[in-house]
Amino acid sequence: MLTKLHTNRRLQLVLGLLAGIAFGFLLQKGGVTNYDVILGQLLLTDFTMLKVMLSAVVTGMIGVHALRSLGLARLHPKSGSVGRTVVGGLIFGVGFAVLGYCPGTISGAIGQGSLDALIGGMVGILLGSWLFATFSPKLQKPVLSKGDFGPLTLPELLKVNAWVVVVPAAVILTTFLFALERFGW
Amino acid sequence: MEWLRMQQWSPYAVGIGIGILSWLTFVLSDKPIGCSTAFARLSGMIERLFRGEKTLEKPYFKQYAPALTWDVMLVVGIVIGAFVSALLSGQFRLTWVPSLWAATFGSAYFPRVLVAVIGGVLMGAGARWADGCTSGHGISGTLQLAVSSWIAVACFLAGGIVTAFIIFRIFGA
Repeated sequence: MLTKLHTNRRLQLVLGLLAGIAFGFLLQKGGVTNYDVILGQLLLTDFTMLKVMLSAVVTGMIGVHALRSLGLARLHPKSGSVGRTVVGGLIFGVGFAVLGYCPGTISGAIGQGSLDALIGGMVGILLGSWLFATFSPKLQKPVLSKGDFGPLTLPELLKVNAWVVVVPAAVILTTFLFALERFGW
Repeated sequence: MEWLRMQQWSPYAVGIGIGILSWLTFVLSDKPIGCSTAFARLSGMIERLFRGEKTLEKPYFKQYAPALTWDVMLVVGIVIGAFVSALLSGQFRLTWVPSLWAATFGSAYFPRVLVAVIGGVLMGAGARWADGCTSGHGISGTLQLAVSSWIAVACFLAGGIVTAFIIFRIFGA
């Protein structure tokens, strides 16, 4: 682990910016910074978004677990609960279809000149994030804490070595992508 | 360098590129790629302009300081990266209404912007509620095989698909 590099605050800001530039460039080249492509995915007529996401997941999953096995990286799985993950995920999904961008792709949409993203969506996301930040203490007990399962990973859940899940998951997701192409999506 | 000027790359090339980028952020920064925390921090920075130090007393902003951090820089970088990509391919142009929206609901900009604000509020709140978005849960969380992230993605898609069908196949029909 490159701990010395991780604690260099100033350098990390530069690395964050560089990673963002690469990410934004890729998102725009993938077409997923377009409202039409996102809605095409949600209307199940254009599978570009799923192709980008799943190939990123397969590549990232194999590489990050290899780096972890080599002691060069550690995982940061997010903790979840039914009240957080399911309720929040469904609210997010509704917003995703109404807005037509997500927090990452809206930043890319702004970069390519989409004003509905800058003037509309960005203002909305800032307001929505602020509302949650402000009212989340009130939601904690009645909703957010319900059905807590913590930062669990699938290998931990199944009590197996991570690779026992990584390899079949990579095979299944890759097969799914081949099937998408095979059936003309 | 013709490939830098291309309008669109294969989604698989882009996905593999994002996957490799995630290796780099894990090794060099000990961080998974994620975008929605930055918007919560930015909203805190804006509140701080009006309310001053009282903003920092909110428990949420104690956990996620409204400050310039790695994730905020990531989001700033995305705007720049997409701008450069669009500029190189000649796709940069100021638009108010996406073409799919215009074909269904007309090209007036006010309805589209209003709906975008409403969608943004839901998405911003939902992302913080679920503790992640399409990148933080959808790519970085699923690649770590986090249970929360696979559930979150299923909910993102379920909520998104049902809502998209209501908007375009019922209201827009």
